[in-house]
Amino acid sequence: MHHFTVAELIQGLRRKDFSSVELTQHYLDRIARLDPIYNSYITVAAEQALAQAAEADQRLAAGNAPALCGVPIAHKDLFCTSGIRTSCASKMLDNFIAPYDATIVENYRQAGVVTLGKTNMDEFAMGSSNETSFYGPVKNPWATDCVPGGSSGGSAAAVAAHLAPAATASDTGGSIRQPAALCGLTGIKPTYGRVSRWGMIAFASSLDQAGTLTRTAEDAAILLNDMASYDAKDSTCIEHEIPDYTATLQDSLQGLKIGIPQEYFAEGLHPEAAAHIEAAIKTYESLGASIHNISLPHTHLGVPAYYVIAPAECSANLSRFDGVRYGYRCENPRDLTDLYKRSRAEGFGEEVKRRILIGTYALSAGYYDAYYSKAQKVRRLIKQDFVDAFQQVDVILGPTSPSPAFAFGAKAKDPVSMYLEDIYTIGTNLAGLPGLSIPCGLVENKPVGLQLIGNYFAEAKLLNVAHQFQLATDFHKQVAPGIE
Amino acid sequence: MEWETVIGLEVHVQLATKTKIFSGASTAFGAAPNTQACAIDLAMPGTLPVPNAEAFRFATMFGLAINAEIGKRSVFERKNYFYPDLPKGYQTTQLAEPIVGAGYVDIELDGGRTKRVRIHHAHLEEDAGKSLHEDFAGMSGIDLNRAGTPLIEVVTEPDMRSAEEAVAFAKKLHSIVTSLEICDGDMSQGSMRFDVNISVRPRGSEKLGTRTETKNLNSFKFMEEAIALEVERQIDVLEDGGKIVQETRLYNGDTKKARSMRTKEDSNDYRYYPCPDLLPVILDDEYIERVRQQMPELPDAKRARFIEEYGLSEYDAGQLTTDKFTAAFFEAAVKISGEPKLTANWIMADLGAYLNRTEQRIDRSPVTPELLAGLVERVKDGTLSSKIAKQVFEAIANGEGDADTIIEAKGLKQVSDTGALEQMIDDVFAKNAAQVEDYRAADDNKRGKMLGFFVGQVMKASKGQANPQALNELLIKKLNN
Repeated sequence: MHHFTVAELIQGLRRKDFSSVELTQHYLDRIARLDPIYNSYITVAAEQALAQAAEADQRLAAGNAPALCGVPIAHKDLFCTSGIRTSCASKMLDNFIAPYDATIVENYRQAGVVTLGKTNMDEFAMGSSNETSFYGPVKNPWATDCVPGGSSGGSAAAVAAHLAPAATASDTGGSIRQPAALCGLTGIKPTYGRVSRWGMIAFASSLDQAGTLTRTAEDAAILLNDMASYDAKDSTCIEHEIPDYTATLQDSLQGLKIGIPQEYFAEGLHPEAAAHIEAAIKTYESLGASIHNISLPHTHLGVPAYYVIAPAECSANLSRFDGVRYGYRCENPRDLTDLYKRSRAEGFGEEVKRRILIGTYALSAGYYDAYYSKAQKVRRLIKQDFVDAFQQVDVILGPTSPSPAFAFGAKAKDPVSMYLEDIYTIGTNLAGLPGLSIPCGLVENKPVGLQLIGNYFAEAKLLNVAHQFQLATDFHKQVAPGIE
Repeated sequence: MEWETVIGLEVHVQLATKTKIFSGASTAFGAAPNTQACAIDLAMPGTLPVPNAEAFRFATMFGLAINAEIGKRSVFERKNYFYPDLPKGYQTTQLAEPIVGAGYVDIELDGGRTKRVRIHHAHLEEDAGKSLHEDFAGMSGIDLNRAGTPLIEVVTEPDMRSAEEAVAFAKKLHSIVTSLEICDGDMSQGSMRFDVNISVRPRGSEKLGTRTETKNLNSFKFMEEAIALEVERQIDVLEDGGKIVQETRLYNGDTKKARSMRTKEDSNDYRYYPCPDLLPVILDDEYIERVRQQMPELPDAKRARFIEEYGLSEYDAGQLTTDKFTAAFFEAAVKISGEPKLTANWIMADLGAYLNRTEQRIDRSPVTPELLAGLVERVKDGTLSSKIAKQVFEAIANGEGDADTIIEAKGLKQVSDTGALEQMIDDVFAKNAAQVEDYRAADDNKRGKMLGFFVGQVMKASKGQANPQALNELLIKKLNN
C-alpha cells in the first residue's frame, strides 16, 4: 500500500481495495518500525489518526466523499493542530498544544484527510539541513549519513521513506524545494498569498508560504486543490480564483517558452547536476517547448538581502516566546529580566538565536537604513528581474540547489555555506512567486532537483509542466535504496 | 528672569469599537481578568492580526474633525520591546505613514480669547494589557482584556504656553471625540490618557528648552497640577544653575508628587519596521467622503446652532456644548419645557453642582431631562419661587418623584393669592407696629432698605412660599397707605 501515490490511493479507497483504517494502520505500523532510522516524525498521532480514518470510511461508504477523504498525510510541525502538540522542533514549544487548527489543517480535516502525525523540521524552520531540530537531525532515506535538506526535512524524509503518502511543508527561502530535491520528491511553494498562513507558526511573515511534498506533480495538484483557500483570518491572503489544479495537467507543452537564467548556472553548481538539468532541457524541447536564455541580474544579491529581511522579521515574530503565557519557562526566575533571559536562552537553539541577533542588529537605530531599507530595495530589484523575465517566457527553469545531499556536519559549522544552499530558491520567496522542484536524476546515487518558477498564481501551469516531464521520464519513480 | 512655559501633548484616545483592533474579542470594560482576550490577543503561535474597519472609520472621522489630511495609505509598524502585558513583544502602531496627518484644534480661553493648537499627526495603534502589582505578593498579575483595544494617539505641536491652555485643549479634544461618539470619554477608566511634554525657556527666547515627559495623566485636574509642579521644578533647577535632564516622569495625584521614571539614556531602541502581517491600508476619496457625510455634529457647529436656534449667549452655548451628553440633556429638556435660557441656567448651576458633588455623569443623572423640564415649567408659571425650586430640585434628586408630585406632597406651592398674603402682612404689621411707624416716617431713600425687613418677616411666616413679586407689590401698597 505504501508504494501508491495519492492519486492511486484515492482510486483504491473508492474501489474498496483497502479501507482508510487499514491504510492508516499500515502507515502507523511502518512509522513505528522504520522511523527510528529516519527520525522524520516528532509526534505520531495514532489514536486521532485511526479515529479520523474510521470517520473517513463512513463518509466514503455514504458516497459523495471529497477526493482526498481517507488519505493519510503528515503535517510539518509548525502547522497548529488542535489537540496534537505543535513544537516547531523547539524546546520552547515542547509542551505546546494549540487550541486551534491552522487553516490548511482545517481545510484537510474538512476534506476527510487523516493526520498521521507531525514531522520533524529545523527549529522554527531555520535551516537547510534539518540539523537544528531540538528532536535531533532527520536522516536522508537515500543516504542515512546525509541530511534530508531543510527546513522541511522531516516531511521530505517521511514521504521519501514511504512513511506518509504526502506531507505538508513550508517554504521561506527554499524549505520545501531544497528538501524535495535532496530526497527525490516533488515540492511546490505556491504564490505568496495563495495559501492561508493562519495557524502556521511564523518564521518570516512576508516570505513564509505553505506547500506540499509529494511523490508526483499530480499528487501535488490534488493536495493543492484543498490547501489553497482565501482566508479572511490572514490579511496577506489574496482573493484570487482557485482553479482545479488537476484539470490542466494533461495540457500539451507545445509552444511553451522556457527561460534559462544564466545566473543559475554559475560557479558552485555541481557539474553532474548541471548535466542533468541540460538533459531535462532537451526533454522539454522534445515535448515542444522552446528554450530562451534570460538574465536575472540581481540573483547574487538574493542571499544577502534574504539574510537581512528574514532575520529582521523573525526577531519580532519570536518575541512572543517569552516564558510568560505558554511554552518553555526557566526554573525559578529571580525577576522579570531573568525570566526573559533564561527562558529564551534555554528555550531557543543556536541557529534561532543567531538569526534573532542578526535581525535585531539589522533593525537597530543607525543600522536600519544600511541593512533593512537596503535589503527591501534589493528585494524590489529582484522582483523586477522576474517581472521582466515573465514578459518573455512562461516558466523559468534551473537547478533547485547547487549539489546533492551533504553529510551531517559538513556545513553546520559554517553558516554562510549553509545559507548558500538556498541561492537558487530564495529569489522566488523575495518576489512572492510560485516555485516547484522535481527530481531530474542522481548524483553520487543521491537525487538532485530541477526547479521551475512560474508567474504569480501560475501554479496550474507549473504543475502541468512538471507533470508532462514526469510522464516522459522516470526520475520521480526512483525509490530510495532499502525502501521495500 | 521671566520664564515661558512650552507644552506639547500626546493623547491616547481609546476608540469605542465593539471589538479589538486586530481581533474579534470584545473591548467592554470591567470583565473578569483575561476573559476578553482571544488567541490573537494572547499572541498564541500562528495567529494573525486582521484590522478592524470600524477603527479606521473612527480615526478618519477624527482626522476630518481636526481639519487634517487623511492618510490615504497608512502602514502599521512593529514597535519592539519586552513587557509581560505586551504579549507579542511588539506593539503594532503607525509611524512613518499614519492615518491622520497634520491638523489643528481651536481652543477657547478665558476672556473670550481663542488659540489654535496644531496637531502634528494622529495614528492608530493597539493598547497593551494591564500589569497588576498589588494583588499578588511577590508577583505581578497580567490582565490582557485591554490588550488590543484600538487607540488613536494624538500628537500636538509644542503650541501651549500654560496649564490653562493645555487643559483647555484637553477638554476640547474630549469634547470632539465624545461628540463624534468614537470614544466614551470616561477618563476614570482610562479612555483618555495624557502624556505632557514640558519645557521652559527665558521669555523671548526662540530656542526650546530641554523637555521632560510626564506620562499617563487621566484627569484634567491632575494634568493641571502636574504641569504646575513640573514648571516650578524646572524653573528652580535652572535658576539654581542646574540643567534639565530629558526624562520620563510620573505624577501621583494622591500625594501630589512627581518622580523620575527613566532618563533618555536608558530608553529603548524600539526597532520600528513595517508589520509584514498587515498590508498597507488604502482609503480612497469616496470612502473619506462617505465618512464625512455620516459624521455627528461637532461641538463648534453645535455651539453656533445653540446660539442661533435657542437664543443662548456665547458663554451658555459654549458651556452646554463642551460634551455631547450635556448638549443632548439640554436639547431633550428644552423640547419639553420650551424654556432655553431657564433650562440652561438650571443645567449649568444646580444640576452641574449636584453632579459634581455626587460624582455622577450627566448621561446617568437621576435628574433626567424630563424631570428637570417639569421643574422648569413650574418655575416659569410662577408655581415655585426660585428658592423653593431649589428645594424641589434636591427632592427630585433624592428620588422623591417629579416636581408636581413633590409640590403637592410637601405643599410647596408659592403663595400669590392676595387675600392670604394680606392676612400675613397684617399679622406682621400688628407684631411690628414700631417698625411700621418708622417706615412711614422715613424718606424714600431709607424706605428701600427698611422694606427688606418686612419682606423677610412675611417670607418667614409663609415658610418661603410667598411669591416675592406679589409680596413686594402688596407690601409697598399697604405701607404707603
